[in-house]
Amino acid sequence: MSHSVELQDIGMTFGATRAVRDVSFAVEGGEFFSILGPSGCGKTTILRMIAGFLEPTEGRVLIGGRDMGGLGPNQRPTAMIFQTLALFPLMSVAENIVFGLEARGISRAERAKMADELLKLIALEGYGDRKPGELSGGQRQRVAIARALAVEPQVLLLDEPLSALDLKLRQHMRAELRALQRRTGVTFIYITHDQSEALAMSDRIAVMSAGVLQQVGAPRDLYDNPQTPFVARFVGETNAIAGKVTEVAEGFAVVEADIGRLRGRAGQRLSVGDAATLYVRPEALTSGTADNKLQATVERIDFEGAFALAHGRFADGSALVASIPGAEMEHAPEAGGEAMFGFSADRAVVLVDV
Amino acid sequence: MSELYGRFGGGLATIFVALVLLWLTGMVLAPNIMMIDYALRPNLPPAQIGGPDDVYSFDNMLYLANEGVHRAIFFKTIWASALVAFITFVVCYPLAFWLAQHATPAQTGLAILALTIPFWINEVLRTLAWYILLAFRGPLNAVLLSLGIIDDPIRWYGNGGVLAGMVYAYILFMLFPIYNSIESLEKAQIEAARDLGASSWRIHWRVVIPHAKAGIATGCVFTFMLAAGSYVAPALLGAPGSRWFTEIIYNWFFEGGDWNRGAAYALVLLVLCLAVVLITLKLARVNLADVAK
Amino acid sequence: MNAADRIARLLFAFYMAAFFAYLFAPLAIMSAATFNASRFPTVTPWQGTTLQWFTALWNDGPMWQSVWTSVIVAFFVVLVAVPVGTAAALLLTSLHARARGFLYALMVSPLLTPGVVIGIATLVLWRQLGVGGGIFLIVLAQASFIICYVMLMVVARLQRFDRTQEEAALGLGASKFMVFRRILLPFLRPALIAAAFLAVLQSVENYNTTLFVRGFDTPLTVYIATKVRTGLTPAVNALALVMITITVLGAIAYEVARRRQAAASGGDQG
Repeated sequence: MSHSVELQDIGMTFGATRAVRDVSFAVEGGEFFSILGPSGCGKTTILRMIAGFLEPTEGRVLIGGRDMGGLGPNQRPTAMIFQTLALFPLMSVAENIVFGLEARGISRAERAKMADELLKLIALEGYGDRKPGELSGGQRQRVAIARALAVEPQVLLLDEPLSALDLKLRQHMRAELRALQRRTGVTFIYITHDQSEALAMSDRIAVMSAGVLQQVGAPRDLYDNPQTPFVARFVGETNAIAGKVTEVAEGFAVVEADIGRLRGRAGQRLSVGDAATLYVRPEALTSGTADNKLQATVERIDFEGAFALAHGRFADGSALVASIPGAEMEHAPEAGGEAMFGFSADRAVVLVDV
Repeated sequence: MSELYGRFGGGLATIFVALVLLWLTGMVLAPNIMMIDYALRPNLPPAQIGGPDDVYSFDNMLYLANEGVHRAIFFKTIWASALVAFITFVVCYPLAFWLAQHATPAQTGLAILALTIPFWINEVLRTLAWYILLAFRGPLNAVLLSLGIIDDPIRWYGNGGVLAGMVYAYILFMLFPIYNSIESLEKAQIEAARDLGASSWRIHWRVVIPHAKAGIATGCVFTFMLAAGSYVAPALLGAPGSRWFTEIIYNWFFEGGDWNRGAAYALVLLVLCLAVVLITLKLARVNLADVAK
Repeated sequence: MNAADRIARLLFAFYMAAFFAYLFAPLAIMSAATFNASRFPTVTPWQGTTLQWFTALWNDGPMWQSVWTSVIVAFFVVLVAVPVGTAAALLLTSLHARARGFLYALMVSPLLTPGVVIGIATLVLWRQLGVGGGIFLIVLAQASFIICYVMLMVVARLQRFDRTQEEAALGLGASKFMVFRRILLPFLRPALIAAAFLAVLQSVENYNTTLFVRGFDTPLTVYIATKVRTGLTPAVNALALVMITITVLGAIAYEVARRRQAAASGGDQG
């Protein structure tokens, strides 16, 4: 089992700006863990603190239970894959891959053997003598991965390594990374701003916003039980209906909105009178009737293949998105007409506005 | 500094800092401070050094101010160096403009290679070439005589020869900064000015030269500084009547035997050059960092 | 095309012809004079074509002595200027903005100092320490400003360096020294070679500074300038021709290397 990573109340201040504040979470050994958030949310800063490129101004980083304080990046059991990959352009592919072994004083013959093995692993046999500049984007990606794995790290840190690739290659590399992680059992900490990437690959995800940790959970959990408005809006698509809490009972709450009284699960502790918002996913909205009913004007229907999206507007002008499964396409509302949408209370979440 | 240590580690960073300190203190600051010290002390026989007469004073500078011949040569050196800078500018500007705005990349490449060849050859040889060309019985007089332009050979050595040799030596220091700054001027601006009916003269005066101000200032500053500090061109191409300030300095050191006075003269030259450089750059609003490119 | 345009074109053509004539005529005449049998180097009158001045050059012992002096000086100048200039560039790029401005001004100040002043300042300092003019002082005086050129060339190259490469190497377990040796130094190599090349040229061509600190040593430029006073013969022209040939070949080699390197680094990014 590879090492766990634990962050204890870490914070990072650059001059007058606090890039990260009071972040704590624990990554289990062998986990594929993602840190998700928009650019500037502090996720790269966290990764660089784990790697040792930055020393946190507050708190501690533990890897395998050991405090990493004062240890440089070359003394930690981590390896990092950079957004730009940072392959060494003047060295051959093979030299790149075994650079970490060279740093550990491993003999030339041994390194040559390792290079061959790793080239085979990433299906680039025979490319060892080329320069990174002569490879395609996907091949360079694989070289960067092999270079990082060559040092047998306990933890692999990945800083949006797929962002430079085109969509098709990116999807292919997602699967490849996931498989690689399973096979090697190395702890992966993966940074991304792309929520679909994080949802597809990760065992668990930490969502960050403006330097603050919002929520940690499995993809399904984040999607179904967002605990903050940011998570509710950032992870997946959602309809947000703002109002005031008028009733709280048995884990459910009623929100009085301009467009009616709506009932949903209480996502947190709520009190009557709180300004709150009810979040409901597009696929939870059905055109049939349910406990909650909404009337809206349908503006257009976007056909997406397996499903369609109905875009509409409520009487107060706020937007609505509902997903219509392919099987129910014939019951779909007409664009331009009025339609009723409903959802059951346990598919919606009510959270206090912040 | 902490970043240097963080980046390279204690050993390497210490070596780097030590090397730079040795250079800046030992090879730049200390010599100049010692020169100032020399300039402010009187020239005394060894026995009296450190004695009651060995006091700081401005006597050596005042000597320059009161010595009519030296003073005249000093001022002549200043204005002649300014003239060199101006003539070099006039000679280079049209070519720089053409290279930056009209020439094809191939033409530019060829022209730059052609321009750099004389530059690669050392200053003494360049000056020697002029020495041969301008000799009294040399090729220039021979050509002019045979064409009937002149009836008697001309003595070129002197002010004219020094000017020709210096302009020649410093062409590149003027051409490249101007070329670089004109190159960043959009063609559309010139076309727009022409479209509005401006004459070529006015386009250069109102559009191109203001745009290239930084490059022109840089070129002029370097040319002036190099000309004022030049020794070889006046030594080879000059005449007794066209002495240069650097020659006076040289004489104090190696013929007059008064190093203190020589150091004082050198200090005056340094202060003058730095003043001209800094004032010109300030007026043209050019950053020192841009000059060194 | 109207008349004014035609005149402008004509004027410009005349200007270009005059400019390049001005540029090359002195060198052409100097080179041609090598082959004239006249005792004084000139082309008018032509007193018969000869190669005797190459022989004279070959047999000119003091001249070869001065070449040797210049070579030794250039060697040590490179030895001093390249490491120090590189260190200065690295120091400069690792500093914060405010300190950098001051240090930068100090570092480029030798470029704005007249060459004779650099020579004089070096001379008076070392006389105080009991060291007279000679090869040692020539090296110090020349290096004090040639370091600036090295520094500027290395800084220019460093601006294109991707620092994440250093982080990547560090993250793979390399020591800071190894990062310097295996990542940064190979990256700087082309600039260091070019800077060494430039340092040699600057050193060999220097006259103004060298004149004051030479003591009893005579580098090539000083030798040539002295010859003008003590009796110039076309043997000096033969030397000039040899040097022109070498420098032109050198310039071409430099240009080719520069282009190849530009193409190579373009490929690295692509």
